Amino acid sequence: MKLQGVNDFVIRFANVNGSGSASANALFAKSVFRLGVPVSPKNIFPSNIQGLPTWYEVRINEKGNLGRRGGYDVVVAMNGQTLKKDYEGLAPGGYFMYDSARQLPADFARDDITLIDIPLTQICNREFEDPKLSQLLKNIVYVGALTHLFDMEFSVLTDSILSQYKKKPKLGEPNIKALELGFEYAATHFQDTCKLKVKRSNQLTRHILMDGNTATALGAVYGGATVAGWYPITPSTSVIEAFDRFTGQYRRDESGKKRVAILQAEDELTALGIALGASWNGARGFTATSGPGISLMNEFLGLAYFAEIPVVLIDVQRTGPSTGMPTRTQQSDILLCAYASHGDTKHVLLFPCDPRECFEMTADAFDLAERLQTPVIIMSDLDLGMNDHICLPLEWDDTRTYDRGKVLDGNQLESLTEKWGRYLDKDGDGICYRTIPGTHPRLGSYFTRGSSHDEYAAYTEDNDTYQRIMLRLDKKWQTAKSLVPKPDIQVSDTGTGYGAVFFGTSAQASHEALETLESKGIMINTMRLRGFPFQDEVREFIDRHKTLFVIEQNRDGQMRTLLINECRIRPDKLVSITHFDGLPITAGHISDSIQQILNAQTQQGGAQ
Amino acid sequence: MSSPRPGFRHPDLPKNDLGYTRRDYEGAASTLCAGCGHDSISNAIINACYELSLEPSGIAKMSGIGCSSKTPAYFLGKSHGFNSVHGRMPSIATGANMANRDLTYIGVSGDGDTASIGMGQFVHIVRRNLNMVYIVMNNGCYGLTKGQDSATADRGSAGKKGRPNPFESIDLCELAIALGAGFVARGFSGDKEQLVPLLKAAIGHRGFALVDVISPCVTFNNTAASTKSYQWVRDHMEATSFFDFIPPRKEITTQYGKGTTQSVTLHDGGVIHLHKCDESIDVTRRRCAIDALEQHLEKGRLLTGILHINESLNDTHDILETTETRLNTLTEKDLCPGNQVLQDMMENYR
Repeated sequence: MKLQGVNDFVIRFANVNGSGSASANALFAKSVFRLGVPVSPKNIFPSNIQGLPTWYEVRINEKGNLGRRGGYDVVVAMNGQTLKKDYEGLAPGGYFMYDSARQLPADFARDDITLIDIPLTQICNREFEDPKLSQLLKNIVYVGALTHLFDMEFSVLTDSILSQYKKKPKLGEPNIKALELGFEYAATHFQDTCKLKVKRSNQLTRHILMDGNTATALGAVYGGATVAGWYPITPSTSVIEAFDRFTGQYRRDESGKKRVAILQAEDELTALGIALGASWNGARGFTATSGPGISLMNEFLGLAYFAEIPVVLIDVQRTGPSTGMPTRTQQSDILLCAYASHGDTKHVLLFPCDPRECFEMTADAFDLAERLQTPVIIMSDLDLGMNDHICLPLEWDDTRTYDRGKVLDGNQLESLTEKWGRYLDKDGDGICYRTIPGTHPRLGSYFTRGSSHDEYAAYTEDNDTYQRIMLRLDKKWQTAKSLVPKPDIQVSDTGTGYGAVFFGTSAQASHEALETLESKGIMINTMRLRGFPFQDEVREFIDRHKTLFVIEQNRDGQMRTLLINECRIRPDKLVSITHFDGLPITAGHISDSIQQILNAQTQQGGAQ
Repeated sequence: MSSPRPGFRHPDLPKNDLGYTRRDYEGAASTLCAGCGHDSISNAIINACYELSLEPSGIAKMSGIGCSSKTPAYFLGKSHGFNSVHGRMPSIATGANMANRDLTYIGVSGDGDTASIGMGQFVHIVRRNLNMVYIVMNNGCYGLTKGQDSATADRGSAGKKGRPNPFESIDLCELAIALGAGFVARGFSGDKEQLVPLLKAAIGHRGFALVDVISPCVTFNNTAASTKSYQWVRDHMEATSFFDFIPPRKEITTQYGKGTTQSVTLHDGGVIHLHKCDESIDVTRRRCAIDALEQHLEKGRLLTGILHINESLNDTHDILETTETRLNTLTEKDLCPGNQVLQDMMENYR
């Protein structure tokens, strides 16, 4: 039986890294998006520039389930190295497209799939003289063939190419020709072969298709960041590259000079140091990095916490530990970031789940950091940062002003009736008033230090004073609870004993999994965490349920540990659902895991 | 513990052009060992800033960790200061300077802070040519941890523990010149006649200015076998030149003879007149400067004074093409492109 259906399947492109497949595959995904059909492309790529296998997996789902589904129904097998694996992994009833320039070996003997052989090499060599172009356009030819097989509107693809090459129409021509060649070949040889279709839908009206790192960079632009220190590291590099591109366009003064300073540092220590120095001096500084960078930044995070310097960090998490798998995803820096650095330290974390939240939370992070005078870390990840996601458009309220926090200007300093102290808690919220260097000729100077200091910023080794300052920092931490975004709680069944807790890129797959379980009569309430420290609502949600599944993408259940520790939860109440192989978590994994646990509980209950 | 100095001020203390007395440039009382070279450098910084009539609130003091890095508490009490973490002052200074290009940045570091733990950041701040004065209080040892050799200790030199240092030393001045620094000078904490003008010239220089000051550690490294002792430095130092530093807006009244005197105009309009001690050394040429350092090293002499100067270099802001307006004064209006731009941009993602 051939797989069939409209707007509900997964296609996997298997390519060789550096062969120019990325733009062709993205063209396919974008065209599905332009047909108004929910789509989620995921690039599964090696830590390599050329020659290693790379996959591009596109899930098409009318219902809008856009987490990774797992498995694939169609494969475009363009990589000899992985041909066998791609062949064997194809779902029964699936479609296997390959370049017939090479005959399939004899052991490729499945009878439950449909072969679609297209002489891609032959067509391109015949039609295009330039060997390099011919090689690249093979990718476009298979996209053209797919357009026919899936019965997609051809003009959507040609329009996409025309807009892509708007400024260089000469380059667009051979691409259109390649599309047509593929389409025609499939039309001639594979009429009615494929039963999977992509039909125009009205699911997406205002939506955009954007990667999280681009949205994060825009958040930094709109949030008023002016100084970025950074060190190249996958998967965060494109945050700064996008920030550089956007500021190059939108942050020029009348003479063309830049209203931003972006410095590629010698390492991550310096990257954060630059951001901190800038923030100390009244600009909005930030850095973007990944887990290995956070490890190096621990020293400065402790300084920023103790000396109370605002700063924003973007952690685009990848698979650890150590170098791990630099091009694969995980949510495994939770504990590292929450408690980074020696001594008693805690840091504010924000957990965006889509590009729109990347934008909003990054912009908010600058306000939050200056309000709280402490580091704020955006916990993105490779899946969110580097893959395109469908989300509502980014929006900015033009009446919004930046919250610079408690900063005294010259007039305020002069009108003070009491002696000003940098670390004096005047308002009882644990947040003190700071000054920016150069504010006043005589007033407001102080000495910033990571060594123990009193309320007036003077060095001290007085034990009581040290302890007082540490307790006041804890009071500030309590204040932070009222400022970080609240969890997104959905209670569908007040009688249920089950709750699920998740965050970031685990959200989509979790929602889908819970819908599946709901269809089987298993009702589970949900809480999507959006920030740390945890508010009372988090504790209350956990208290309300008998058992909670904490869904996350790391081995050790780091968020579960954080919840147990910070909310003082009985450990056996929180059950870990983890996924940590480096690929995005799937709905099937979550629903199966929960089902198994529930089955086991039922059996135990029956035996008692 | 740091404590403020007594507040009494004599009404007749001399005042500079801004109406400030020298006291206005002082800081808290020093907690370093009596006779520490670092205190002399602090005093030289106070003198230089007072004599240049710099607005104290227009100066930011930056430091790392160590005896040297404590000193910003002991000078310029009306300036903001930032005592960061060990070896990381250059990055903090870089960020601070990016945020506000109009302040004068005076960084203080030590030989451990710069030549060991902070070497990575040091070489790169030189490469970036950040506009700042970077003072190394160089005593060849770790004072706060009781006298271990540092990376600038000369091979064979021995401190209080008596064991000669077996490792090659790092000459920060030669390194900085090789890396393209535009102002490199070496002074001695025991010679304020030379040090104060060196600091003034460094402040007048636009771009990275290294002032390596040999500053004996009286407690751990002022021994007969040490090449960082008061006695050894006094006996072995030679200057490239004596010089007059004429700050901007001061009338130049003295005429100098040609040949032995070389004049360099600084970015801020100040002028340095170098009266050469050794006619073969042209400190405006990088290669010549390095040769001079090597030749003196071979002779067992310590070359001091302005070792290299080049006023034609672009600083970090020039390189990055940042706006003339201080970044920390920009507001929403300057920084946020607004919703209309965002909505137009959204079309690219549809």
